[in-house]
Amino acid sequence: MTSMRDWMIWPDNIVLSVLVLVLIAMVGLYAVRAPMHGIIRTAAYALATALRLAARWLFAAAAAMKERNKAVLLAQGRREVGQRIEREFERVGILVTRDLQGYPVLQRKLLEAITRIEEDYKKCGEVPPPPPDWVEAVAAVAQIKSGGGEVVEKILDEIRQSVGRIHEKALGEYRRAYEERHDILEGALPFWRSIDATLKQVDKKMSDLAENAETVDEQMKKYRQIAAKTDEAESILSHSAFTQFNIAVIVLTIALGGAFVNFKLIALPMSEMVGAGDYITASLRTSEVAALVIILVEASMGLFLMEALRITHLFPRISNLSDRARRRMIWISLTLLVILASVEAALALMRDMLIADKQALLQSLAATAPAASSEGWVGRIPTAGQMVLGFILPFALAFVAIPLESFIHSARNIGGSMLADLIRMLGFALRVLGNLTRHLGRLLVHFYDLLVVLPLMVEHLVKSLRGGRAAVSRRRLDSTGELKS
Amino acid sequence: MNRRALWASLVILGLAVAAAGCVDPRSQSHAVYVLIDTSGTYAREAGKAQLIINYLLGTLQPGDSLAVARVQSRSFTEKDIIAKAIFDQRPSQANAQKRAFREKTDAFLRTVQGSAYTDITGGMIQGAEFLNETGAGKKTILVFSDMQEELDKVTIRNFPISLKNIRVIAVNVVKLNTDNIDPRRYLGRLEAWQKRVEGAGASEWKVINDLERLDAIFAKS
Repeated sequence: MTSMRDWMIWPDNIVLSVLVLVLIAMVGLYAVRAPMHGIIRTAAYALATALRLAARWLFAAAAAMKERNKAVLLAQGRREVGQRIEREFERVGILVTRDLQGYPVLQRKLLEAITRIEEDYKKCGEVPPPPPDWVEAVAAVAQIKSGGGEVVEKILDEIRQSVGRIHEKALGEYRRAYEERHDILEGALPFWRSIDATLKQVDKKMSDLAENAETVDEQMKKYRQIAAKTDEAESILSHSAFTQFNIAVIVLTIALGGAFVNFKLIALPMSEMVGAGDYITASLRTSEVAALVIILVEASMGLFLMEALRITHLFPRISNLSDRARRRMIWISLTLLVILASVEAALALMRDMLIADKQALLQSLAATAPAASSEGWVGRIPTAGQMVLGFILPFALAFVAIPLESFIHSARNIGGSMLADLIRMLGFALRVLGNLTRHLGRLLVHFYDLLVVLPLMVEHLVKSLRGGRAAVSRRRLDSTGELKS
Repeated sequence: MNRRALWASLVILGLAVAAAGCVDPRSQSHAVYVLIDTSGTYAREAGKAQLIINYLLGTLQPGDSLAVARVQSRSFTEKDIIAKAIFDQRPSQANAQKRAFREKTDAFLRTVQGSAYTDITGGMIQGAEFLNETGAGKKTILVFSDMQEELDKVTIRNFPISLKNIRVIAVNVVKLNTDNIDPRRYLGRLEAWQKRVEGAGASEWKVINDLERLDAIFAKS
């Protein structure tokens, strides 16, 4: 084994030995200075180039991924908005069909009412016959002087009496005519009201239609933006995806809580069916796995039910089934769900019985008086509660399909977006590292020169001396005029 | 290609399920063999043994095994096993078995009679045999005794025994009058038993004198 002293030229004088060794090393390093500079520069350049290339590739990959994410996001958005527009059109269609179906009746009703009112109006316009022409004759008779004698007076009196009678008759006719017109007008009142109500109805339907049309317009605007692949549409959809993701995560967490309660309800009684001492792995009991499987089967049935009802669209094959097959599927999954829920309710009851049995055993082993159990319906509340929970939870779990679909769709966008960001960050880090490597190469070159500073100084001195002599000789040549630089 | 991938997936899944299903259920179960010393003055302590048995009945799970045997003048015999049970996998059946077990041990402990000698070693050999037969993953011998072995001249027990992978727990090791005079006798007795048990390959040796903390029986040291 070599020690430091073996390297010493003069073991007794370490300082001098080290100094000489350093000088030798300096000379050696100076001798290989140029190739070493080359090696350092080449290595740094190669590494920096590789890193920059990798960074550029990552940036390109991130850009491609972003583009792909955008395409997926826009496609999803287009599909969703398209479905919404479709639904709105369906709604408008139903509204229009329903109202247009009733429109001829409505129109007939309106026309009848208007005709009736017109007739009544015309009837109201019928004036009683004008007073007869003999009025003028009466006026002439009235101008006859009464001093004509008894006969004339008698005649005049008879004329007056008959005119009075005629007048009363005419007046009565006028009154009757006006009464009739009032009656007609009174009779027209319900028709006016009916027209008013009908018009209001029409107005309401028209405003509903207008509202729907507005919604369709909004959706169409959104659809156009998506189709145009605008940044605004992407931003809105991306924001919507984040919101959907968060909501789906919250709801799924709640559903997981429900599933855990469900699991606790059936894990113990399942041991009565598949045995409590059977293990699948060192710490995983078969009964627990069986309980978990039942819960997962329930969730799957719920998923199929939602798919068959076309509430979710995770399996295109199911939604593309014929209506008859879909209806069959609805009934099958619903029946299975009901059966599983009933099994769970029974298991919940069994769990209560097992716990009670175990409790009784422990009490008998502890030789203590049994705890006073609450008799009657109060004592049965927990059992009933467990059974109800056991029956309801599978149906509640069935609805997990809806947030699950949202989660899956939004997770694709969120995950893709995060991955693209991650790749971009990695690319940035590689680019920084590449630049650092390049600068490190330069730094190493300078550091190498620092190690051979003394030979370099000598070199500079020699060069400057040579340079000085050359300058002096050039000046001399200039002064003689023989040579000009 | 897709079909091949499907078949490969199915095979892998099948293997995984088979591997998962290969766990021997017995390896997760617990078997306990309780030795109750009925010799001499210790027979008076037998009542306390019921506490331990009750604790075990309350703690052991379906699929576990329990046996209670007495320690007499010569205990290497199945005749000394008072009650034994491998609890059913179904909890309700296991509870019924536990009730029956308790009645059996109750009846025995009410009529227990003292024996002239104490053959703890013979009981342990018998217990180890029983425990090994159960194939349980965790095996425990509980010795309810003062750990003072007394053998007649004919009985031979001074040979190496095997208690491999068995935990041995001495419970309620009461002090004898002579121990009170010289405590070194008591400590020496326990030390000798520890040496012997550990020498026989036992995985653990423990002494529990406080019957209030029986949970230490199943606690890992």
